[in-house]
Amino acid sequence: MPVLGTAQSNMLDQLDSGVAPATDYTTATFKSTRVVNAQSVENLSEGVLDVRIDHRFGPVNEGGYTFFGLDEANTRFQFDYGIKDWLQVGIGRSAVPKSYGGNIKLKFLRQSTGKVNMPISLVYNLFTNVDALNYTGPRNNDFSNRLSYVHQIVIGRKFSENFSLELIPTLIHANLVELSTQKNDQYAMGIAMRQKISKRVSINLEYFYLYPTLSVTDAFTNSLSLGMDIETGGHVFQIFLTNSLAMNENDVITDRSENWLKGGIHLGFNISRVFTTYKPKHNSI
Amino acid sequence: MTNNQLSKINKLKMKPFKKLTSILATIVLGFVLFAFSPAGKVYLTHTGHIWFFAGTAMEDVNANNYQVAANLNPSTGEMAYSVLVKGFEFRRALMQEHFNENYMESDKYPKSTFKGKISDISKVDFDKNGTYNVNVSGDLSMHGVTKTVSSPGTITVSADSVHAKSTFKIALKDYNITVPSVVKDKISETVQIHVDVAYSKK
Repeated sequence: MPVLGTAQSNMLDQLDSGVAPATDYTTATFKSTRVVNAQSVENLSEGVLDVRIDHRFGPVNEGGYTFFGLDEANTRFQFDYGIKDWLQVGIGRSAVPKSYGGNIKLKFLRQSTGKVNMPISLVYNLFTNVDALNYTGPRNNDFSNRLSYVHQIVIGRKFSENFSLELIPTLIHANLVELSTQKNDQYAMGIAMRQKISKRVSINLEYFYLYPTLSVTDAFTNSLSLGMDIETGGHVFQIFLTNSLAMNENDVITDRSENWLKGGIHLGFNISRVFTTYKPKHNSI
Repeated sequence: MTNNQLSKINKLKMKPFKKLTSILATIVLGFVLFAFSPAGKVYLTHTGHIWFFAGTAMEDVNANNYQVAANLNPSTGEMAYSVLVKGFEFRRALMQEHFNENYMESDKYPKSTFKGKISDISKVDFDKNGTYNVNVSGDLSMHGVTKTVSSPGTITVSADSVHAKSTFKIALKDYNITVPSVVKDKISETVQIHVDVAYSKK
């Protein structure tokens, strides 16, 4: 009779040899559906509702009178919902500039290893912004003039357990621009990364580069945000410093951000609370 | 010589030859038995069910895995289980993500395994339908830690399947799994694991 230990190991080897390799989908490339302002490659799972309350305080360089910007805050309410694991829709409202908007986020590729080997995740996001400010310009106050669209392809990869990176080629189309010299279409490239520093805390960095067009007449400052994700049970708490007061993507990318070096820095946070409305029959993970 | 004497001589002559045949027959039969008898067979399944409960009165934390690979040698009582950690399905997607990322670290430790033995396998008659109480002990490996566990269980034999069930408890700290203080009242320090595996007899 063979030694017991060997026989038992063989039992385990036999098990593994008969198993067809499964597809191992990469999870938690980012901790939330947003890095700071940018969309991450993450979609909400089917049946999950994400209620987000986002704040940006005033700029630090306002000084003591506004308590370094903390007296004032821009607020955005955002409701996102996962219809399918690959299809997410959302609506939101920003206080500054008065606007509301909706987005649809489609996941085309999921990073995986094993049976299906896919090096990246790929998401398409379409955000439609509706400007809700009182209109005082010379044109007719048509609803279509208030619309802007942001088309984004988010290509991301989780390089290791701790490090993830994504690129966000972006096209922004505004139906109406302020000046005749401005372009209706503008192009940008976003980059965002996540570095985990402990099991539940990560450091995030996000930057948008707006390809210079005629609309950018003088020195333009791009959006740069440095933040931290803290995860506590059902919440993800994102706290960060950013030079963008706006939270709707069209303004974050194309509206002039403030200068970090001159103290144009806003403290901000996103609070995300997810609710599972129902459990899908077949969990895809 | 009489007929009787003749037959006696024949018998004597036959003896050594008969002995050799019977030895050969035994050896051949022995091999045949070893290769084909039920005693040499190992029962196998890839659709076993393992679930656990790690919640408290505050929060219901449980998950199911229906893709458990398991085998059992009915003659020696040796058994093994292999489970993909990512295969555990939770009620909430976020819970599942936390389970994989923060607690089990399934990218680092993708599999949990058990290899052990039913010490009183002789009690079980695999040809006779019925439920038999048995004791199992062996090594449970998960989250990079291997610990010996032992537990009572049952084996239910029916015409075409063998059904093994067991319930046991483990302490999370034994496997280097820490529960942060914020969720201490929601996640139990001890986890109840249920194993329910039906092997096909064929």
